[in-house]
Amino acid sequence: MRDVAVIGVGITRFGELWAKSIKDIFVEAALKAMGDAGVDHIDSMYVGAMSPGLFVGQEHLGAVMADYLGVTPVPATRVESACASGGASFRQAFLEVASGASDIVLAGGVEKMTDGADVTDTLATAADQEYEVYHGITFPGLYALIARAHMQRYGTTREQLAAVAVKNHRNGSKNPNAQFRSEVTLEQVMNSAMVADPLRLLDCSPVSDGAAAVIVASMDVAKKLNKNPIRVIASTQASDTIALHSRSDIATLSSVMKAAQKAYKMADVTPADIDFAEVHDCFTIAEIVVSEDLGFFDKGKGGEAAAQGWTAIECNKTPINTSGGLKSKGHPVGATGIAQIIEVYDQLNGNAGARQVKDAHIGMAQNMGGSGASCVIHILEGK
Amino acid sequence: MITARYHREIPQRYRLEAGKCEQCGHVDFPPRIVCPRCKGRRFATVVLHDEGTLVTFTVVRVASDRFSKETPFAVGIVELSDGVRVTTQIADADVDGLQIGQKVRIVFRRIQEDGKAGILCYGYKAVTD
Repeated sequence: MRDVAVIGVGITRFGELWAKSIKDIFVEAALKAMGDAGVDHIDSMYVGAMSPGLFVGQEHLGAVMADYLGVTPVPATRVESACASGGASFRQAFLEVASGASDIVLAGGVEKMTDGADVTDTLATAADQEYEVYHGITFPGLYALIARAHMQRYGTTREQLAAVAVKNHRNGSKNPNAQFRSEVTLEQVMNSAMVADPLRLLDCSPVSDGAAAVIVASMDVAKKLNKNPIRVIASTQASDTIALHSRSDIATLSSVMKAAQKAYKMADVTPADIDFAEVHDCFTIAEIVVSEDLGFFDKGKGGEAAAQGWTAIECNKTPINTSGGLKSKGHPVGATGIAQIIEVYDQLNGNAGARQVKDAHIGMAQNMGGSGASCVIHILEGK
Repeated sequence: MITARYHREIPQRYRLEAGKCEQCGHVDFPPRIVCPRCKGRRFATVVLHDEGTLVTFTVVRVASDRFSKETPFAVGIVELSDGVRVTTQIADADVDGLQIGQKVRIVFRRIQEDGKAGILCYGYKAVTD
């Protein structure tokens, strides 16, 4: 496989973007990425989106966006892996460039969630429709099932869950593109409305509109463009049972472990070499479980790690979700995986402003679909 | 929940019919075409036990539109005594008194209503006795 690099990025503000359509926000992010990369053409493009059909009644999003971006007739394909659609979109672009089939590919992601759909019902289509959703379970509910199992098994506490939200809001308050640029206190999280016991409103990522795009190129092309390329040193993906109840261990996300093991091997690094990570904190418990299953902390210690500040920007362990994560930055589902790549890219280029991690050389993006039935991991390396 | 889609799940929802792999003995609920354990493709129909324990649970306070009139309601993962796990509501329970490991029994109940087609949709729920 050829060496592959990210050479430019573009993102919209995340939030309730009522004045703009799904086309408007995708084109905005894509044009920013092409401008940032300094390219006037692309060989193909991928659009990660979870459920535009249910959210806005529009499928065939690859062609829609190629048309409105003005790049027809390039090949354009929508990629869907539930909340991991963005990560899967980036991975398709990576594989296409690595294989030599294309030199410059746009990997984007988008979701428009505030146009009036039943968001809870639409998100639940990422679970088993006949044997989970039929019984009334929601996505907060599924992660609540994981949370209660983790609390029972490892003694994880309500305060430790809240510590994840407090930390991610603190980081997000320093991110100009975040949906929520405000800090929250432990008490505010602990007293917020119950959504699915034990998860409360401030344990949950919000409903968001947003788009993100990056330009992926072969290293040869990147050097000709005289860019400061960020190399992709691992791209892996794993799957697991669609239903949470089919898994022997409810408190472990085995797709995360499997994708991580493959990623560390592909990049020839260990968890200790990862200077910072963007992880899929759709709910606070998800960040805790993922931080364990990626190997950053021993199993059962993810809650303690969050509460002790071992995942904060200024920590000397592994800063997690410097962008604010899904919790504070927002979670326009299909855009999330690409937005994670952009935070890693900005950190490795030293462009993360007040969120900058010192001496950041290797960063990870972990994007997850459903209750962990899909996991996509990328590791990027800067200078 | 259109009629055909609902109708084909009736053996599972009404009678807990599962598939037992004739090669390795693994029981799948719902039945599958390929055994996830041994890749076998021949199955016998078996009926799951109706007693089990609560593996984990939550109380849904914010539901999708279809279930919004039912909140709060408890949903959990139940491990039946033959080892098969299912996601199910826990009916008639004091939702604040549930505990992991609690014994439950599966019963036949109404699950939801299809507002557009006017169909009452039935299936299994757990009760705590």
